[in-house]
Amino acid sequence: MAKNALMDFDRALELFEPVLGFEVHVELNTETKMFSAAGNPANEKNHAASPNTLVAPVDMGLPGSMPVVNEEAVRSSISLGLALGCSIAPSSRFARKNYFYPDLGKNYQISQYDEPIAFEGQVEIELSDGETVVIPIERAHMEEDAGKLTHMGGATGRIQGAEYSLVDYNRAGVPLVEIVTKPIIGAEHRAPEIAKAYIATIRDIVRGLGISEARMERGNLRCDANVSLRPRVAPGEPTPPLGTRTETKNVNSMRSVERAVRHEIQRQAAILAAGGTITQETRHWHEDTGTTSPGRPKSDADDYRYFPEPDLLPVVPSAELIEELRAALPEPPAARRRRLKAEWGFTDLEFQDVANGGLLGEVEATIAAGATPAAARKWWTGEITRLANAAGREPSELVSPADVAAVQVLVDAGTLNDKLARQVLEGVIAGEGTPQEVVDARGLAVVSDDGALIAAIDEALASQPDVMAKIRDGKVQAAGAVIGAVMKAMKGQADAARVRELILSRAATPAE
Amino acid sequence: MSEITPDLVRHLGVLARIQLSDEEVEQLTGQLDVIVDNIAKVSEVATADVPATSHPVALQNVFRPDVPGDMLTVAEVLQNAPDAADDRFRVTAILGEEQ
Amino acid sequence: MTDLTRLTAADLAASLASGEISSVEATQAHLDRIAAVDGDVHAFLHVSDHALDVAADIDRRRAAGEHLGALAGVPLAIKDVLVTTDMPSTSGSKILEGFMSPYDATVVARSRAAGLVPLGKTNMDEFAMGSSTEHSAYGPTHNPWDLDRIPGGSGGGSAAAVAAFETPIALGSDTGGSIRQPAHVTGTVGMKPTYGGVSRYGAIALASSLDQVGPVSRTVLDSALLHDVIGGHDPHDATSLTDQWPSFADAAREGARGDVLKGLRVGVITELPDSGFQAGVSASFREALDAMAAQGAEIVEISAPHFEYGVAAYYLILPAEASSNLAKFDSVRFGMRVNVPGGTVEDVMAATRDAGFGPEVKRRVILGTYALSAGYYDAYYGSAQKVRTLIQQDFENAFSQVDIIATPSAPTTAFRLGEKIDDPLQMYLNDVTTIPANLAGVPGISIPSGLAAEDGLPVGIQFLAPLREDARLYRVGAAVEAVLVDRWGAPLLERAPMLGGNR
Ligand SMILES: [Mg+2]
Ligand SMILES: [Zn+2]
Repeated sequence: MAKNALMDFDRALELFEPVLGFEVHVELNTETKMFSAAGNPANEKNHAASPNTLVAPVDMGLPGSMPVVNEEAVRSSISLGLALGCSIAPSSRFARKNYFYPDLGKNYQISQYDEPIAFEGQVEIELSDGETVVIPIERAHMEEDAGKLTHMGGATGRIQGAEYSLVDYNRAGVPLVEIVTKPIIGAEHRAPEIAKAYIATIRDIVRGLGISEARMERGNLRCDANVSLRPRVAPGEPTPPLGTRTETKNVNSMRSVERAVRHEIQRQAAILAAGGTITQETRHWHEDTGTTSPGRPKSDADDYRYFPEPDLLPVVPSAELIEELRAALPEPPAARRRRLKAEWGFTDLEFQDVANGGLLGEVEATIAAGATPAAARKWWTGEITRLANAAGREPSELVSPADVAAVQVLVDAGTLNDKLARQVLEGVIAGEGTPQEVVDARGLAVVSDDGALIAAIDEALASQPDVMAKIRDGKVQAAGAVIGAVMKAMKGQADAARVRELILSRAATPAE
Repeated sequence: MSEITPDLVRHLGVLARIQLSDEEVEQLTGQLDVIVDNIAKVSEVATADVPATSHPVALQNVFRPDVPGDMLTVAEVLQNAPDAADDRFRVTAILGEEQ
Repeated sequence: MTDLTRLTAADLAASLASGEISSVEATQAHLDRIAAVDGDVHAFLHVSDHALDVAADIDRRRAAGEHLGALAGVPLAIKDVLVTTDMPSTSGSKILEGFMSPYDATVVARSRAAGLVPLGKTNMDEFAMGSSTEHSAYGPTHNPWDLDRIPGGSGGGSAAAVAAFETPIALGSDTGGSIRQPAHVTGTVGMKPTYGGVSRYGAIALASSLDQVGPVSRTVLDSALLHDVIGGHDPHDATSLTDQWPSFADAAREGARGDVLKGLRVGVITELPDSGFQAGVSASFREALDAMAAQGAEIVEISAPHFEYGVAAYYLILPAEASSNLAKFDSVRFGMRVNVPGGTVEDVMAATRDAGFGPEVKRRVILGTYALSAGYYDAYYGSAQKVRTLIQQDFENAFSQVDIIATPSAPTTAFRLGEKIDDPLQMYLNDVTTIPANLAGVPGISIPSGLAAEDGLPVGIQFLAPLREDARLYRVGAAVEAVLVDRWGAPLLERAPMLGGNR
């Protein structure tokens, strides 16, 4: 793949104004699919389903099959529309988007076209310094997901060079809400940060509503990022029209959304500054190289021949239903931030640490599951973030709040010390089971049997005979060497504080 | 006369994923031209003030409760598969990307 | 012994209920008849190899005292557009040759539950596109009245099977007349119910907003009995109506014995000119109207100014919806696959659809793709949907003045096989009388009105009623049938030629 020429980011911003746009697909976690009663693989329960075991006739386009709308998916979509500050259409309808692709059982996608369920909204997002930005929302519409293709043969497992592909229709028909922004103007040098904060906010909103698992690594939340540049003009000159945009697909972590937007600004700036033109095309994001590569250019093959879905009827939500769902909305993210900060008693810095890490929901859920605010913050902004960075993933992708809280509960109970707790966490992340299961399987609990500890202490004291005397002389820090030896002897599975206690109490006993 | 040309018919064949031979393109161009000339008269009476009807009987809010059911077994899913492997349908190499 | 194949479904049901005959006997008689005449008629694409087992099971259940439905044990033919788990379902297309559905169409499931005995699957124009059954990938069906002539279409197989006494009743589907026009040319009865009155689930879709499944039979009562079995709400079809329907069989029985024609206001459309119709068709239509008037019906001229746009609107909406509905036949999950050495899946799809679809299907898919294309949508599909509104308004206006509308069921009697196959437009114009009901969703029935003087071939009269007034059609249809059969001295089909040499 040819390497993209890039312009320095700051230089690019001097010459051009970036304009952003996002299409975010949210997989709803309903029990069943959008148009069939087959189990929904985007629901936690069906997460491990094997290929083609969650398929109803309509999901694979069997002759004679027909779609019927899932009422719960409609309610979730309305709730999401309301949470995005949208108006809910008094009447909306489904349309067929016609195109051939092997993962699309009917060779059309049932979507919404001219009458989406929600339109004209706005979302307030918060940047790392606490500043807020308003993102204008064009529409949110209901549609169905496609099946999954696995490309076989060839070197990379990618579509290029594959000899054949295998199709699994489990995901076909998963309920989606597609959220489309209006062009976002004025992002300037914060464009990459805005991109990330926007996706984080959408994730927080759908999690708050409980309508999606919102796990980006599982594809529950998928982002297409549109970027265009337009040249800066002298004050007083007319504003130039929006530049040609590219749509970068497959950006499936918050970190990569940020990187992809930055990369695309730098790439387009280099082309434009050299007198080139931007091709309107989809581009693919490559996580490994941090670059985009061209996909399919837009062409008249993109003639989707939309028409109203004749098998389905209009969705006409009553005012009562809309008000019922509006009343049940969780508080908006900005208000929530203010409340959480007060409840947790964090300093500005501590709170920002959590918020900027996109970890408010994780910390909140961890506290709800039994950890103290301080402990929850420490885990998420500390060890888990460190592991996530090392793996190039999001902290939330690694481990669930319930598991983090469970680890902390084991610490509080004295079953684990800090070092063991980190090992347990690693075990959970490695998929070895729940914290308790990891503790059991790895045999990681601290030794709480004083007899065993005293034996180890006696052994250590025997090889360091001067230590006792030093302690008795008031040089308490001398105990450190013994503690170290004991911990080593116990393979780390001892509570250091207890060992220290035992040493000191032994020193306090009169010598025999 | 309508604007049906061989190039248009060929393009429609691509959209409809039907590999049309030159002979078919030629024949269809002539036939569609006559047909389109005849059916284009719908626009004579379809004035702006007439609402469109997409369903003959107007219903709304027809929903299904979110309760699982109706699933096929893997054997039923693959029952008519022209080619399958590993419980999935097998297709030859794909040229284009998804949309 | 009576020839069981000459009995109506109602009479067979009565004999079965009384124990006078068994379902095995009735089923065997029809299988024998199929074996004797279907080589000439070719109404069936597939004959069930276990119909006798099903019949025996019904007999056993009846002997055990089980309460069975009104038609239990009666043989039934099923149009191949309906998917069945125990027989292939091809919709008359090569692309679906051998396809076995993992589920039954709702109407099939209901028929089985009611104890009907499926005999086989009937021939049809490929994907129900056509008015002659000549567009079947498996060869044409022949009209039992004249084997050189078409049996109508797309449901020519079901109509011919009924007319040839291969089955007393059959299931059909009607998108623009595919039940009623075959009834017209074969001297049988065919009913297109109100849109949504019968489930479409499991009917291989042609044009979703027009398709409707319905009964085919030799008498109005038999259609009503079958309609009672298959009708009613189905949660698998979102367009299915939740109405509680009256007993259509009761309506037919009431019509046959009562005086429902007295004072009935019958609308005749001024814009359907006699000139467009074969003389014998017009004459037969007038005779039927006279017979109705003689019973006290009032014939009223009504105007339906937009009906003349119906064919145009139909040939935009149908191909548009069909182009999308038929996209699923792509070689990936089921059906034919053409191997293209070194080709991509796109090449395989395009080659398969070229080889698997016949010329009429390609014509309509390309036409529909055009009608939906960017830049043409408003002028074509959008305008056609507006014509639909205008035709609905025409019906509303008409039904404010009359109880029922009558038309000839089709412009001509059965034409010769091959006569119109190369002239798609002429073929399309054949549907002029039947199409408005599909566009507006109203019910329509065709019953025999007589024979055309010039060719001795059957003619049908079509009655149309307001939405949801299917029972009215059975009442009126049965009344007119009774009057006409009384005049003729015997059912029209008694005058059809013998087939197969064994009576
Ligand atoms: Mg998109
Ligand atoms: Zn989408």
